[in-house]
Amino acid sequence: MSTATLDERRAPAAEHETMRRRVRRRRAGRTVGFHLLVWAVAIVMLYPGVWMLLSSFRPTNQIIGETGLIPDNTTLDNFRNALDGIGGISFWTFFTNSMVLGIGSVIGICLSCSVSAYAFSRIEFPGRGLFFTLMVCTLLLPFHVVIIPQFIMFNEVGWTDSYIPLLIGKFLAADAFFVFLMVQFMRNLPRELDESARIDGAGHLRIFSSIMLPLMRPVLATSSIFAFIWSWNDFLAPLIYLRSPDKYPLPLMLRQFTDQTSVSDYGAQMAAAVLALAPVLIFFILFQRYIVDGVATQGLKG
Amino acid sequence: MSLTHEANRSAKVGKPPRRPQSKRPSRKAAETRAGYAFLAPWLLGFIALTAGPMVASLYLAFTDFHPIRGGEWIGVDNFTRLFDDPRFLDSVQVTVTYAVVGTPIKLAAALGVAMLLNNRRRGQGTYRSLFYAPSLIGASVSIAIVWKAMFNDQGIVDDIGDFFGTWQGGWVGDPSKTMPMMILLTVWQFGAPMVIFLAGLKQIPGELYEAADVDGAGPWRKFTRITLPMLSPVLFFNLVLETIHSFQVFASAFIISGGRGGPANSTLFYTLYLYQRGFGQGQLGYAAAMAWLLVIVVGIITLIFFRTSRYWVHYTGEGR
Repeated sequence: MSTATLDERRAPAAEHETMRRRVRRRRAGRTVGFHLLVWAVAIVMLYPGVWMLLSSFRPTNQIIGETGLIPDNTTLDNFRNALDGIGGISFWTFFTNSMVLGIGSVIGICLSCSVSAYAFSRIEFPGRGLFFTLMVCTLLLPFHVVIIPQFIMFNEVGWTDSYIPLLIGKFLAADAFFVFLMVQFMRNLPRELDESARIDGAGHLRIFSSIMLPLMRPVLATSSIFAFIWSWNDFLAPLIYLRSPDKYPLPLMLRQFTDQTSVSDYGAQMAAAVLALAPVLIFFILFQRYIVDGVATQGLKG
Repeated sequence: MSLTHEANRSAKVGKPPRRPQSKRPSRKAAETRAGYAFLAPWLLGFIALTAGPMVASLYLAFTDFHPIRGGEWIGVDNFTRLFDDPRFLDSVQVTVTYAVVGTPIKLAAALGVAMLLNNRRRGQGTYRSLFYAPSLIGASVSIAIVWKAMFNDQGIVDDIGDFFGTWQGGWVGDPSKTMPMMILLTVWQFGAPMVIFLAGLKQIPGELYEAADVDGAGPWRKFTRITLPMLSPVLFFNLVLETIHSFQVFASAFIISGGRGGPANSTLFYTLYLYQRGFGQGQLGYAAAMAWLLVIVVGIITLIFFRTSRYWVHYTGEGR
């Protein structure tokens, strides 16, 4: 009796064991396939970046015609040439200019867009619906339609060749993307918070500064990261407004650099490109969660 | 709390609640004032930097405005000249080709990789970040320089081509190969739509696939009958966004062609030509006409997408 029941019990257990093993083997096979495929994609994706990085350490006459990634001999000459900058202006001047513009954009966008978003999401006043619709319409508006009159206007008041035209839009919430992002975020904050503050007699300024702003930290972080990176990469606006090389941000310096250095000096160009991208990549590595989640939930464009 | 309590008490006592009544209109006015005060930066920006310039741009489009010698009203001359301008027609052709060919390839790559990653939970975050990174830097001048070096005469792409016995002389200088090169650059940035697709895929309830498994549906059927319809709102969003963005590519074309749009106008993207006319040659009126044409086309395309969306975009729940 007892042996029979034991056998009966053991048989399904063994069968279960082989099935489990089979499932595990199949799963392992699928995992290997998955990783092979993903790594194939990853290698293609990474190739340009890795090639750029390694080329920047390669003697310049060995870059062209070099498919391989590992340099035969390395040099820091390229970086020395890149750091020399252009026309006697050091690379660090351009770097500082880019930093000033980037930080200025972040401050402007955080201030102006959060205030506007508060008006759109928390205050009832006539005209709000219309303005909100207009704001959403400007989301898809090509920048080029406003840049010509803006240029004429800023030229007229003598602001060209300064950072004012590049930053004024940030301080006037002209980037509808960030306003929209913050409105969406604020709408999800519980209304009870500000309602109870109102009952306690707090005005809008107080509710905004001591209740909303602290709660908005995540959306402010996402906005800051994107504001900084977009400003860092911006090319068209500085190209139009800035004339003096000592005011150039990095993208304009890079363009000048590729025009000036002869076509063959790819090494220095690569080194300059690496140096210009480094802050963005460091930013990305530090804040990748914020960035990628921001894209996933808000559909932000990179 | 204390306020409502007091109001109750005064009601009980029988005092007419005069205070709130008389306060209401002034409170509404205060709200309006606060609203406009908070909205002031945006309003000022909207009037001075968006709405005003748009109207001004529309006016400029009918003039021959030049930054130094000013301009006069010339009616629709800019628009009629546009359609006789071979460089303009080339720029339209280049941009439309880029948008019509590049966007679907980019979105297909994004969807494919998103579905691949969606199968696995482990390591997904890392791959997602890795594939997203090019979207963040792809439009920068640095990457344009790298692209140019890679595709130049005797660059690495030539070496790869050499291996297969084809492609010589680099892609940058060959008018028939610059478009594939630019499309590869945009496809390389598939990460942004991929991240959005991944977020959409996560929203699809697993029971749907389980039910399909029970019914014996194959992977293709599951893709066309479950994944695509459930994902269509996200697909719609990506399509609108990517198409509009593809009309506005500038920095990469500028750097790769040295600002000229060559060879043989093959990288003369719309915005690059607009820049050349407006800021290179100072023909701001002509450039304004081009800019307004772009706005109209972008508007029409957006409208078409939205109008046709009810035929192919599937919204769950709301009975739309």
